[in-house]
Amino acid sequence: MAQQADVLTEAKLQKKKDRNNTRLTIAIFLLPAILTYLVFILYPIFDTFVISLYRWNGISPTRTFVGLDNYTTLLQESRFWFAFRNNMYVVLLSIFVQIPLGLVMALVLFSKIKGKKILNVLFFLPYLMSTVAVGLLWIFMYDPVNGPVNRLFNLFGMQSVHWLAGGTSSLIAILIVIAWQFAPFYMILFRAAMVGIPEEHYESAEIDGASETQKFFYITLPSIMPTIVSSSILAVVGSLKTFAIFYVMTGGGSGISTDILGTFMYRQAFINFNMGYSSAIAAIMFIVALISVIIIQLIDYRRRNK
Amino acid sequence: MKLLKKGSLYGLILILIIFTTYPFLYMIMTSFKDMREFFTNPFSLILTSFTMDQYLSVVEMGMTNYFVNSLIISILSVLIVVAIASLASYPLSRINFKFNRTIFILFLAGMMIPVHATLIPIFIMTSNFGLYDSLWALLGPYVAFSLPISIFIFTQFMQEIPKELEEAAQMDGAGHWTIFSKVLFPNMKPAISTIVIYNFVFIWNEFVFALILIQSRSSQTLPVGLQNFYGEFSVNVPGLMAALTLASLPVILVFIISQERVVKGLIGGAVKG
Repeated sequence: MAQQADVLTEAKLQKKKDRNNTRLTIAIFLLPAILTYLVFILYPIFDTFVISLYRWNGISPTRTFVGLDNYTTLLQESRFWFAFRNNMYVVLLSIFVQIPLGLVMALVLFSKIKGKKILNVLFFLPYLMSTVAVGLLWIFMYDPVNGPVNRLFNLFGMQSVHWLAGGTSSLIAILIVIAWQFAPFYMILFRAAMVGIPEEHYESAEIDGASETQKFFYITLPSIMPTIVSSSILAVVGSLKTFAIFYVMTGGGSGISTDILGTFMYRQAFINFNMGYSSAIAAIMFIVALISVIIIQLIDYRRRNK
Repeated sequence: MKLLKKGSLYGLILILIIFTTYPFLYMIMTSFKDMREFFTNPFSLILTSFTMDQYLSVVEMGMTNYFVNSLIISILSVLIVVAIASLASYPLSRINFKFNRTIFILFLAGMMIPVHATLIPIFIMTSNFGLYDSLWALLGPYVAFSLPISIFIFTQFMQEIPKELEEAAQMDGAGHWTIFSKVLFPNMKPAISTIVIYNFVFIWNEFVFALILIQSRSSQTLPVGLQNFYGEFSVNVPGLMAALTLASLPVILVFIISQERVVKGLIGGAVKG
């Protein structure tokens, strides 16, 4: 009897030991990643919110607690809303230019033509270049004297434009470059979504005598609608990440007309040393991204539960 | 009618090709022009003379230094990412535990974070660690921001590896470490190459952290270096184009060699996030 009990407790002990072992394993395997993530992402985000409550130049050892003052000042400043508006332009550009353009590229890659492999590489090239390189290249594409863009304008009998001299033309010029660089990204997404459409759908449509246009509107478009919706919201997050292209093409982003949240925040922090104020901008950028993600997840959740 | 349709399709393709590739060809062709040729023929893609001088002067002006820095930090970051992301993905994909899902989602959420939300604290932290102005300052941020997509891809991939493989190893008394290193890791080559290539492209092109954390030229990476060239070359457009071409070359080569892997990474990052 006693012996049996011993065996039992021993088994229990062994089980407990195994469980502790597993726990230890989990911890050891996860530790390096969690630590890195904690130190370089989670803590900085938290700290951004903390710093945003202070007035601080980033150098002096003392900082003054000002509560939500930075936020109230920020929300009343027209420069902030200008930058915010420009971010929204980038979002609109993604939805109404890049996504359709990416869709057309994906459709081309899906049509029955020769040389698709090469086309795929050619279409994708802009996305591979570093944004700094893209920006510098396009500065010369837009050059008032020797730039190909103005050359094209002249060919059609139009006047040369000082594209990057500031104002609306600069904004338009930069938005075109963003479209050039990021349309391939959407092309890839749509291509992936189109691969998932079962071939039979097209076959049966063909038997019913559907035209190419009908096939697109009744089969392709509905199937990739979820991708279109989620990439539209993804564009909000993408626009918040936009920085280098504006920074490079406007020489640091000093003009209001071409300021976006990223360059506005950068200048406040690393040129003017308003760390608290700048952190408030960063915090708002984070909150906007968070809200967009929650919306995506909700839409996704509802679609899955249908 | 059919001919017309086909014609308009090819017309469309032609316009798309010109729109996407002309700037690219302009960059490459201009880099082979000398100043005189550039000023007489700035737009033409056909060369009447050919010179590699621009490439020589770019190299003389310190391109190699930026190039080597970029190479070091990209390779090192990618190696560390592969190591710690694959380690983390093992329990996340193979072991059932309480906070499994929560930790996984927390990592995924990282893909959506605008870097600006971390810039100031990372800048301060870097100064406090005494790493400001050193190439190593970039290591932490680069690894951390590559983790979400990498953990996502690894975890998904590991879930697809049949359980029988490790059960057989367990029968032989293998522990978690042996299962991970001897059974799973060798089977993850496709996922590893996707992650290596995708993150390499991202880190090679990264600009914001490189801009705020490093000041001296000897430690700067390519994207910031290109920015310097822009200031120095002023009117020497062919020179700058040579620098841009050189800087873009490695990533383009990587892509041409391994298209599918890059694409897989992209889709993974965008679809789930």
